[in-house]
Amino acid sequence: MTTMIDPPKADGFRISQLLYDTRYRAITIQVIAVIAFAMIAVFLLVNVNRNLASLGKEIDFGFLSNPSNYDIQQVLVDYSSQSSNLRAAYVGLLNTLFVAFLGCILATLIGVTAGVLRLSKNWLVAKIMTVYVETFRNIPVVIWIIATMAVLSEALPQPRAFRGENPDASMWLWDSVAVTGRGTYIPRPEWGAGSIFVVITFLLSLVAIWAFGRWSKRRFEATGQILPNVWIKLAIFAVPTLLVFFILGRPIALVSPALKGFNFQGGIQLSNSFLALWLALSVYTGSFIAEIVRSGILAISKGQSEAAFALGMRPSRTMNLVILPQALRVIIPPLISQFLNLTKNSSLALAVGYQDLRATLGGTTMNNTGRELECMLLMMMIYLVVSLLISSGMNVYNKSMKLKER
Amino acid sequence: MKKSVFMGTLAAAGLVATGAMAQDAGSSTLAAVKDHGALKCGVNPGTPGFAAPDASGVWKGFDVDLCRAVAAAIFGDPEKVEYTPLTSAVRFTALSSGEVDMLARNTTWTFSRDVDLKAEFTGVNYYDGQGFMIPKDLGVSSAKELEGATVCIETGTTTELNLADYFRTNGMDYEPVPVESFTEAQNQFLAGACDVYTTDASALAASRASFENPSDYVVLPEIISKEPLGPLVRHGDSEWGDVVRWTLNAMVSAEELGVTSENATEMAAGTDNPEINRLLGVEGELGAMLGLPNEWAFNVITMVGNYGETFEANIGESTPVGLARGLNALWTEGGLIYSPPFR
Repeated sequence: MTTMIDPPKADGFRISQLLYDTRYRAITIQVIAVIAFAMIAVFLLVNVNRNLASLGKEIDFGFLSNPSNYDIQQVLVDYSSQSSNLRAAYVGLLNTLFVAFLGCILATLIGVTAGVLRLSKNWLVAKIMTVYVETFRNIPVVIWIIATMAVLSEALPQPRAFRGENPDASMWLWDSVAVTGRGTYIPRPEWGAGSIFVVITFLLSLVAIWAFGRWSKRRFEATGQILPNVWIKLAIFAVPTLLVFFILGRPIALVSPALKGFNFQGGIQLSNSFLALWLALSVYTGSFIAEIVRSGILAISKGQSEAAFALGMRPSRTMNLVILPQALRVIIPPLISQFLNLTKNSSLALAVGYQDLRATLGGTTMNNTGRELECMLLMMMIYLVVSLLISSGMNVYNKSMKLKER
Repeated sequence: MKKSVFMGTLAAAGLVATGAMAQDAGSSTLAAVKDHGALKCGVNPGTPGFAAPDASGVWKGFDVDLCRAVAAAIFGDPEKVEYTPLTSAVRFTALSSGEVDMLARNTTWTFSRDVDLKAEFTGVNYYDGQGFMIPKDLGVSSAKELEGATVCIETGTTTELNLADYFRTNGMDYEPVPVESFTEAQNQFLAGACDVYTTDASALAASRASFENPSDYVVLPEIISKEPLGPLVRHGDSEWGDVVRWTLNAMVSAEELGVTSENATEMAAGTDNPEINRLLGVEGELGAMLGLPNEWAFNVITMVGNYGETFEANIGESTPVGLARGLNALWTEGGLIYSPPFR
């Protein structure tokens, strides 16, 4: 029997083989591609360096330690206009993460609800969800952000409308929440002596809920009996904390916002720019998540639910125990990219004046110091790191949900 | 082996790329503008009186006239301008990246912008200061009473920095509402999203004039900063800087010497005043020294007008903006507007 390919002769290498011999061609093409790529990269770098040098603006990160000289509206850590530019960037990053985190949670809630409801047998509900999904995912998110901001600041009463004997506007929820055109003011907790025990009890009950969940699941798998999990968890959540709270004589008080001077003071302010960005991003991303959830559920073959019904399971239990656990495997990977999208879209914050990383480091700092390239590079790096962290975190979750093959 | 192949390719690529470098960054802006056939001018996206498109979309205003004057000096045609509306946050990037040739966009001349930002300010066309505007019914009569107020502020401006300084030195708190543009700031202010709007006093007057009920708003008496506004160009091209600088100076000198768009043609026939003759290109070669036609200043004055004429036409007391000359009167009339001699 003859071999299909002759073994290469050790002394027979010719240059033309680089192109015509299938053994070498792949390497040749790769080398050429690398050369081309490296040439472009070097060209760009040299060009940037030369242009910067001719402008007299060599790359220099020293500006980060200079005072920023500007104020930021929403500050989650200590910050003043005397803090450094680096600190301003950090405050901006925290604002980005804050809106991204809350946005991911709200978007998931909206998305899962809308996705499940879109499959509802109720015609009206299903159609309403279709309209929601199609409207929101087909209009650019920046328009939603600006529109939400406009509605919030134009339609809601301004603080001065709350003033006087017969005010045009009044506060909500027994005078504890003020919804104004500048933002929503909610009560702020005031920590008295002993409040630490309430917090500890609360944290312990969270641990207890988690432990109970595991125990209940194991019991269910062993015996097939189902406890009223939701009610038990709710009880663990609320009862011990409330007990400790009242036994210690209500150490945590709520301070309601009150109109003082120009604005409401004393509460926690959720500025309209934050609310507009948060709501618009969540509702927009929620429409994509709804489609992901719907496709995940539809990916589970009908036989699964039919089998569950045949066993006499109720629709809600079929969804929770049969469909969703399988659908999640389909849903999670595209869900990760939606979370990443939401995080990156939060950089549109400047459109409504929410001071995120893009508005501090890539906005005012860049503009005041004139260090465009440095700021842009830093910003790209930070967004990259944040995105990679989110996706690796979600990948861990994805792995835990994956079908375990033994 | 793989690594050495990779390093070899990198080295080869580096050599080739360096050899292939043809782009030279330091070329002359004036030549580029002439080649392009129009001046690329960065302007404010909309401040009535200073720079704003009118009903038919034609850019009009005090700063716009400076762009037109430079175009008139170069091309003998004030319409050869391509306007780029720039928000305060992007203006310097646009200038340093070469997207525009000059900025005529109420920009404050500061040390760090001049030195660190590598911009070259070519004069001052408006001496301004930062003020506060507030609805009358809040009953505030001084900026010192603004403790706890919500303030609308354009990001990336000197006013943002002055505001932080002013409230800090006076030991007051405030809540900044950052906005991206002048128009957005107006909307927020009118919607009541902020109590106070702060920016240059001239822009406050301009925006108050555009409100439906200007009398419902007051500009507080405090002026908290010096804001010399002027045109600027990129650092490192002095010839181009000279063109913009002396175009502005020509407009100022023309007012000082009594040359207006009406009588310039008459005076260009020759006058007894040698400085007017040099300015209008009757004597000497001032234009050629700048690389411009000799009648460059004549074109500026006849086609756009002198400093006082553009001031009165766009922002003067007869216009809705209604600004008095004040600091911006000629030095001979007690103001600060002054041009070095044409000699």
